[in-house]
Amino acid sequence: MSYIKPTFRHPRLPTNRLGYTVADYDGSISTLCAGCGHDSISAAIRNACFESAIPPHRIAKISGIGCSSKMPTYFLGKSHGFNSVHGRMPSVATGASLGNRNLTYIGVSGDGDTASIGMGQFVHLIRRNVNMTYIVANNGCYGLTKGQDSATADLGSVAKGGAVNPFDGIDLGSLAVLQGASFVARSFSGDKAQLEPLIRAAMAHKGFAFIDVVSPCVTFNNHNGSTKSYSETRDHLDAMPLDFVPMREEIRTQYDEGTTQNVTLHDGSVIHLHKADSSYKTDDRNGAMAAVQKAKDEGRILTGLLYLDPDTQDLNQNISLATRPLNELGKDELCPGSKVLDSINEGLR
Amino acid sequence: MKPTDTSDPEYFHKVVDCQFACPAHTPVPEYIRLIAHQRYTDAYMINWESNVFPGVLGRTCDRPCEPACRRGRVEEEPVAICRLKRVAADFKDDVKGLMPKAGQKNGKKIALIGGGPASLTVARDLAPLGYELHLFDAQSKGGGFMRSQIPSFRLPEEVLDEEVGYVLDMGVDAHFDTYVDSLQSILDKNYDAVFVGSGAPRGRDLPDLPGRGDADKNIHIGIDWLSSVAFEHTKKIGKRVIVLGGGNTAMDCCRTSRRLGGEEVKVIVRSPFEDMKASPWEKEDAIHEGIPIIDNHVPKEFVVEKGKLVGMRFDKVEAVYDDTGQRKLVSTGEEPVFVECDDVLIAIGQENAFPWIEKSTGVRFTSWGTPIINDDETFQSTRKEVFFGGDSAFGPSNIITAVAHGHKAAVSIDLYCQGKDLSQRPPPHVTLVSQKMGIHEWSYDSIPVDDKREAVPLVDLKEALKSKTLEVELGFDADMAFVQAERCLNCDAQTVFMEETCIECDACTDICPTSCISFVENGEEGDLRARLLVPATNEEQDLYVSDTLPTGKVMVKDEDVCLHCGLCAERCPTAAWDMQKFYYSMAKATPDLLVEAAE
Repeated sequence: MSYIKPTFRHPRLPTNRLGYTVADYDGSISTLCAGCGHDSISAAIRNACFESAIPPHRIAKISGIGCSSKMPTYFLGKSHGFNSVHGRMPSVATGASLGNRNLTYIGVSGDGDTASIGMGQFVHLIRRNVNMTYIVANNGCYGLTKGQDSATADLGSVAKGGAVNPFDGIDLGSLAVLQGASFVARSFSGDKAQLEPLIRAAMAHKGFAFIDVVSPCVTFNNHNGSTKSYSETRDHLDAMPLDFVPMREEIRTQYDEGTTQNVTLHDGSVIHLHKADSSYKTDDRNGAMAAVQKAKDEGRILTGLLYLDPDTQDLNQNISLATRPLNELGKDELCPGSKVLDSINEGLR
Repeated sequence: MKPTDTSDPEYFHKVVDCQFACPAHTPVPEYIRLIAHQRYTDAYMINWESNVFPGVLGRTCDRPCEPACRRGRVEEEPVAICRLKRVAADFKDDVKGLMPKAGQKNGKKIALIGGGPASLTVARDLAPLGYELHLFDAQSKGGGFMRSQIPSFRLPEEVLDEEVGYVLDMGVDAHFDTYVDSLQSILDKNYDAVFVGSGAPRGRDLPDLPGRGDADKNIHIGIDWLSSVAFEHTKKIGKRVIVLGGGNTAMDCCRTSRRLGGEEVKVIVRSPFEDMKASPWEKEDAIHEGIPIIDNHVPKEFVVEKGKLVGMRFDKVEAVYDDTGQRKLVSTGEEPVFVECDDVLIAIGQENAFPWIEKSTGVRFTSWGTPIINDDETFQSTRKEVFFGGDSAFGPSNIITAVAHGHKAAVSIDLYCQGKDLSQRPPPHVTLVSQKMGIHEWSYDSIPVDDKREAVPLVDLKEALKSKTLEVELGFDADMAFVQAERCLNCDAQTVFMEETCIECDACTDICPTSCISFVENGEEGDLRARLLVPATNEEQDLYVSDTLPTGKVMVKDEDVCLHCGLCAERCPTAAWDMQKFYYSMAKATPDLLVEAAE
């Protein structure tokens, strides 16, 4: 197996607004299994950051433990990163976001790291509306420990050893909508045309953005009987295609009325949803839950933007934190000294 | 686009840019790998089977392979293919025992007119089949142009003798010092076929330029002058020399002049510097030896005083291009330029001449003086048992082209002698074999190295100019050769795609360092080229298109800057990609010379 990626790149790689090529967003060569869906997600994140022209050094990648959480090594090699304790990425993300609100935070987690050991932290992260993009690479199994069913494995899905899963899986998308997340989406690692604009929109969104990505485990969960294999996911995919147009760009493409809806984000960026019927509303929390449930009952995997509240208040705003990042404040500003304390105390007497 | 038909060997053949560009289609990546493995003898024999003169070509080839090399498109400099070939020749063991022998006599008799690379190649290809081969040449030794026109500081005589010898030792009946002055007399001897490889020996002159006649003593036709230097008839030249012309012969003339007493040697050429026919490296070598190249000067007259040449006058011109790109040299209107000199060498091209071929033979010629030939596959002339090849076929070219002509003409002669249809050419010898050694392991060094191309070390300039036989280039040593060989991208390790097993996981697209692979909706070629991850703007390079995949998309690979690193195949979970070594050897009269030799 090669652990070295050649240094040569295509001589005519396009550049983004900052003059970077997509290669400037590359990481180390992946050590995941060949054909792992997670590698496609890594590439989608890389492409999204390139397309949105985010300077690599203004991005922080945070993860927990698992195949999914190894991923950040394989993209954005010039960005900040923190590989935390199992299921504890939300704590680190919350702290980092409070420490420096000006970075773009990308959390990468898996179904075990989020839906099992990390469930407690995950729901609080949603509740606090930390300004970050949280991606779950969801393969329905524990690939790193040889493919046991995870908490998101679907009822009736057959494991590679033949055992049928007797439990209903946790649907992280529904959970996020229910818990009040301000941006909830679902996608498929094999559908970059949808996943990349979703990640770009999530990064532009001011608040907690959650993307549940079905990402087949090619080694332990890609056989007949698995509900999260490449072929099974493709067969049941009900995808809503979308485009993302950032604030600075003008909208060039003309879309037919009635087949497209536009959603404008807080920063002026626009998401175009294609094939959306006029009754579809991305800001309807109950509608989103009903749509996901209905699709599930019909055996469809609904992907696309499920719910969005563009005008939400993130953690920094909710707790009225200083507008300048805490890490930029000097000692005197952070610790004004006993005189100020005395005057506060005096004011309370 | 329709799915690419990879069962047609020409598709993968074209992917191996160097081999495709080589007129004799030498399997370049294969022998370069063998050099890296220090298997110099094997590397030499692969070359020898293909181009007959590896030691000669490793020093003198025009190297059409190098401008074609893929490395030149992903990095700056191509692999040093030509000089690696020399490494194989320099470090090989004794190969005499590996050479094929003359076959059992088959009763057919062939005459070969000329002893240059084309004739020798025909002889080499036909000898193992049992043909009786009679070779005629006016020189006292074989090699033709390679012997008479390439100075020995570039090509040592022993290298040439060795490689000419391998062919002659295969039972060729060589008649040297024998000028054939009548084709009819040869035909009268009842040869089954005649091959004419007599070259394009006559250098062009400037007969009508004023002063040409009066200054004759100090004006020399470059190519004849070089040959007389080679045979040691000419041993010195004046201090101030003007070389007219801009081709490789002009470069050989000026550098040779420097070695025969020329102190102020100038190359003066009509065309702009960039348009000169000489290879860039030959120009560099001349400039390195202190020879100025003066362009845009058209000869006007030879200036003679008191019956002796004192200089030349030139018109200054500039190149003007019309709408069709046709170049015209227009005088700038300035005063003519006078350049002093003692001697002038005219190296402005060569003319074909066949004064010895009688009209009655039925061999007919074009208005350019070249023989009318069936096509560039059969090399058959208008007289059906007479075949042409090398410079005598289409005018001056180079050694490797002459070798390629020889291979094709030998096939034609063999078919002709068997009474078979010449247009039914035998297919090339092709194999395609997986290079998989383990789950993620290949039989070749798949990941490209970053090392840069290095120039071949030279002998000290002072020493070099003192001698006209001391070889200027020292050649790569084994360590340098290894590094230079490892720069090869192994383009013959083909990326073979099998759509039946593809699950469209995108792993290959994501890993490809040079973004060659896209999964897109099918379309017309132009449209498809524009929609790839990086638009495929190099239209000389093909697109490899799969059949429609389950999602309705097709896999499209732009061959342009593929590194053949094998990462697509390593990252493929279902082995839908495989790296397979493509071996291609152009059809030869003796199908497998080396196997023949081993038996």
